[in-house]
Amino acid sequence: MIMRIIFPALVLLAAINPLFFPQWDAFLTIVFAKALPVIGIILLLQAGQVSFGHAMFFAVGAYCAGFVGRWMGGGGEIVILLVAALGASVVAGLFVGIFVVRYRYIFFAMLNLAFSMVLFSLLEKFIHITGGSDGFRIARPTFFGQQLSRSDFELGVYYLALVLLVVSIYGVWRLLDSPIGHALKAIKTNETRVEYLGISPRRTLLIGYVVSAVLAGVGGAMVGVFQGIATPDYAYWTRSGEFVFVAILGGAGHVTGALAGSYVFEFIRVTAAAYLGDTWQLTLGVVLLGIILFAPSGIVGSLIKLGNRVRGVKEKRSQSSIGKAGEIA
Amino acid sequence: MTALLSARDIEIRFGGVVAADGIALDVFEGDNLAIIGPNGAGKTTFLNICTGYLAPQAGRVTFKGSDLLGQSPRAITRLGIARAFQIPQLFAEQTVLENMLLAAASRAGRLAPFSRLADIPEREDAEAILHQVGCSDVKERMASELPEGKRKLVDIALALALKPTVLLMDEPTSGVASSEKFAIMDTLIGALRAQHVTSVFVEHDMEMVSRYANRVAVWSTGRIQKEGAPAEVLSDPEVIRTVIGG
Amino acid sequence: MQVLVLATLDGIAYGALVFLVAVGLTLVFGVMRILNVAHGSFYALGAYAAASIGGALASAGLSPWLAYPMFIVAAVLVGVVVGGLMERFLLQRIYGHEETLQLLVTFAVFMILDNAQRLIWGVQPYFYSEPLRLLGNVKIAGITYTAYQTLFLPLVALAVLFGLRWFLRYTLAGSVIVAVTEDREAATAVGINARRVFFLTFVIGVTLASLGGALASPTTSVLPGMGAEMIVLSFAVAATAGLGQIEGAAVAALMIGLGRSMAVFFAPELEVVMPYIIMVLVLLIRPEGLFGKSTARKI
Repeated sequence: MIMRIIFPALVLLAAINPLFFPQWDAFLTIVFAKALPVIGIILLLQAGQVSFGHAMFFAVGAYCAGFVGRWMGGGGEIVILLVAALGASVVAGLFVGIFVVRYRYIFFAMLNLAFSMVLFSLLEKFIHITGGSDGFRIARPTFFGQQLSRSDFELGVYYLALVLLVVSIYGVWRLLDSPIGHALKAIKTNETRVEYLGISPRRTLLIGYVVSAVLAGVGGAMVGVFQGIATPDYAYWTRSGEFVFVAILGGAGHVTGALAGSYVFEFIRVTAAAYLGDTWQLTLGVVLLGIILFAPSGIVGSLIKLGNRVRGVKEKRSQSSIGKAGEIA
Repeated sequence: MTALLSARDIEIRFGGVVAADGIALDVFEGDNLAIIGPNGAGKTTFLNICTGYLAPQAGRVTFKGSDLLGQSPRAITRLGIARAFQIPQLFAEQTVLENMLLAAASRAGRLAPFSRLADIPEREDAEAILHQVGCSDVKERMASELPEGKRKLVDIALALALKPTVLLMDEPTSGVASSEKFAIMDTLIGALRAQHVTSVFVEHDMEMVSRYANRVAVWSTGRIQKEGAPAEVLSDPEVIRTVIGG
Repeated sequence: MQVLVLATLDGIAYGALVFLVAVGLTLVFGVMRILNVAHGSFYALGAYAAASIGGALASAGLSPWLAYPMFIVAAVLVGVVVGGLMERFLLQRIYGHEETLQLLVTFAVFMILDNAQRLIWGVQPYFYSEPLRLLGNVKIAGITYTAYQTLFLPLVALAVLFGLRWFLRYTLAGSVIVAVTEDREAATAVGINARRVFFLTFVIGVTLASLGGALASPTTSVLPGMGAEMIVLSFAVAATAGLGQIEGAAVAALMIGLGRSMAVFFAPELEVVMPYIIMVLVLLIRPEGLFGKSTARKI
């Protein structure tokens, strides 16, 4: 139901949106790009693991796009920047992943946080390479070989972000339905039995981890290119926290939770940031507590539940668990 | 005849508790070997050692002549030794069928990222095994929703889906309603014979032992007290006193 | 040679502070099986509270010596009030839930407290080094160093270490905590009220973190972000030692403190990374930490 009707309909709406409401383009570009790392977080949550450090891959992607653009001169070509960011996040994901997939729960979460804190301080410290806390300027690259004006470029990035989002959501959805995806979910409930089926939990989790790192890296590259800058804040724990927040808000039981969460999150940020001002993070924390304690299946999970109730489907599963979405029709 | 699975001089202690003190046992092809003995005698520990979950402090275990010690449960499973558990080990948040398909996919080496698990060619096989153990009716249910008896059977079905050479079972019918026990064991042992699977099972019910085992080994505080054919072992006065409690 | 002494003194002082925070984290984990991600925020709260108290003492014209008892008062206040509220209204709802959910709850508290600190104290760093000057300097192997860091901090750390040991072994409340740590089910079966034990443990843990913060405030500038740094650092110590290991945390804190100060003097670019290098190396060899015991699940 979600993947056959609702999601394609939303994508169609997004595809024609620039014709009617071009003023929303910039907002939606950020929504799409920032949904990518959240998809990665959801993927890991399916295996029962939460990472408090995925912003590190977001930063790896953004800085990599910046470095390659500068090295190519004049900002480079966006396709090459994205491919480079993808490659860099595969390498970074493998490097960190080979170590962290040996651990679960607390250790997994905290080791990811530790790695991201290290990257953050390195980005701040090595001023001559990274520009320190002022950040690293990313010049506007060519778009599929074309030197575009600012507004055309932004429209191009809008569609590129939409395509990447659709590919990622569909890809991860398929992944979760595959043997590997089911093995990943099995790690959450009974890792011992996974071993006793002859499947390597570490290798399975590593695959999931690298995919999630790539999603974060590509998302970071898109945001960096779109905003024209990469700063150490990209790797800071508050950003990792945002990714986790958005995943829980949207609903970690279904990949489309990333889009729903990202949309609502950015919407609140754009509209309410002026009122909330300095209490933004505090508000996020309070809302996060509220969701975890009272609606742990998030927006998409709650909608599924509502839909089931309307159609008279009996609720079969308890909803007290992060990463479940009820009956997925 | 050479043994399929062979343990020699196994020793393991947990603190002061001796769970294996010189265990030596051979399992031959086609055996249905029952392990009996009082609680805490080290029966489950022996299965844990054979499958690589625990490393003994001394001794060795071989399978078809190659050493199993130091290998992970995963590697040992791949060699063809499957295990069913005393406490059912299922994937609670997946359906019974998904549990089975995952086992079948692993056995067939189908851990590809984009094919659908539900479409693997081994699906028919997996469903047939579920049918054999009488769990077809719950295949679309979440594993967490099953009653204890069904969980136990699905747990065995998962091991069967691995098409093992040797199947180790830890009290296969504990938790199963007593009216169904024999029917299930009948089909289970029948299926094992048909597929030439050698089995070892820990059991408390002596009637089950005498009916389904061709050999019995009696565990007592980390040692094998007696071993042999069921009729002979179960009538041994010493065994009756310590194990059967007659 | 002189540099080596300096680095050692630095490392001991730093290790002592990290120990105070890490031991609270590890104690709470040992008893409650919850890793409190907001633990670093209590360290920061303690530091800010101490700096404010110091400022108030100065403007009221009171003796700066009062700062010492006030530090303890501040730490206990943070522990009982903020820690107590958190345990009573949040943690009690999530005992026995899945670990991911527990992590997310304490992470949310971390976000809230981090922001609250910015609201109350702003983003400008605070300095309050009066207690440091009061104790004067000592000379060790030709190096002049503050007595506060060379003597006072390590003494406090040792006092906490032995105090905790004594408390856990020889007092009723302590042995109850130990009993619950070792076997929760058996302990509750014999009628120990786990809730009260949890409350007490959490308050002690938070008090230790904020005491660490209060005592750190004279040696460093108090500024936003210090809580985030400290949670990863104290986790590194607790994980290196083995989660739940109290004596082990002292050894690990010293290792990591020394490792870091050696890096400061001999390989400055590694300063931030050093604690994690130590942790990663230890965990690669012993995943359960230096003093941790690995346990196999019963199957």
